[in-house]
Amino acid sequence: MERAQIESKLTDLLVDELGLERDKIVSSAKFEEDLEVDSLGVVELLMAIEDNFDVKIPDEEAEGIVTVGDAVATIEAKLS
Amino acid sequence: MARVALVTGGSRGIGSAIARRLGAAGHTVAVNYAHNADAAKQVVAAITDGGGSALAVGADVGDEEAVAAMFQAVEEDLGKVEILVNNAGITRDDLLLRMGAEAWDDVLTTNLRSVYLCSRAALRGMVRARWGRIVSIGSVAGISGNPGQANYAAAKAGIIGFSRSLAKEVGSRGITVNVVAPGFIETDMTAALGEDTVQAAVGSISLGRLGRPDEIASLVGYLASDEAGYITGQTIVVDGGLAL
Repeated sequence: MERAQIESKLTDLLVDELGLERDKIVSSAKFEEDLEVDSLGVVELLMAIEDNFDVKIPDEEAEGIVTVGDAVATIEAKLS
Repeated sequence: MARVALVTGGSRGIGSAIARRLGAAGHTVAVNYAHNADAAKQVVAAITDGGGSALAVGADVGDEEAVAAMFQAVEEDLGKVEILVNNAGITRDDLLLRMGAEAWDDVLTTNLRSVYLCSRAALRGMVRARWGRIVSIGSVAGISGNPGQANYAAAKAGIIGFSRSLAKEVGSRGITVNVVAPGFIETDMTAALGEDTVQAAVGSISLGRLGRPDEIASLVGYLASDEAGYITGQTIVVDGGLAL
């Protein structure tokens, strides 16, 4: 899957599953600070990524996902 | 609104009454059982005869893999679990000085580990749906203690702390988590206490009688409903005014 495809699919997930505003979802946006996702929301995000991209994200890798860009990079690395 | 409900230990006693109650309320009910498939099928038949829909699912709810398989089977057949009733419970009574580690572990596994495993499995769908009801069956023994039941009381008290914590974790997602703590109810579990113990207990019950399983089920039915959406983290005692 191309990076642009991952970004687009992830954006849809964030809008549909977490109810985030599409306009605010940019690569540099921090989930907790900029997008106001709470700790349970971060867990939801990880579950949604795992289910929809068919990847596994262990806790130690999950801790490194702070921004939307981090999530895209993590998914890209898993799929390559 | 009709939902998908799962009742652990739903083949007998209080669990059976809860499963029937939820079925009568129009919910689709998965009736879990550990050993007694025939009893679970009778509960399913009672629900379907009343015009409801139900399914029997066997699983040892203290076992992680069995719980995962049970949820998979229920979700494939009925859909995501929206109402979870953690009812499965056993006793292995003994005075602590004589209580073996096996009696401790068996009770903690079936009565408390099961609550963790089933709640975690159900939450995934509930969080996504932004709606859920988790009702666990505690016991007055978990509040007041009971000689010979240190293991059972510990598990039941554990359910209360678990439920309060989980209520705080998932409240923002429209999920409520509550405990119903019965006193002495007419079931095989209280019958096993013996006539003398039961009579002594009745003497300290304000209403002067044991409770009926449907008197627990009616509250569980309410807590599982849309109407009860502002009650969470609570332990509600249903004991006929025991030792007031």
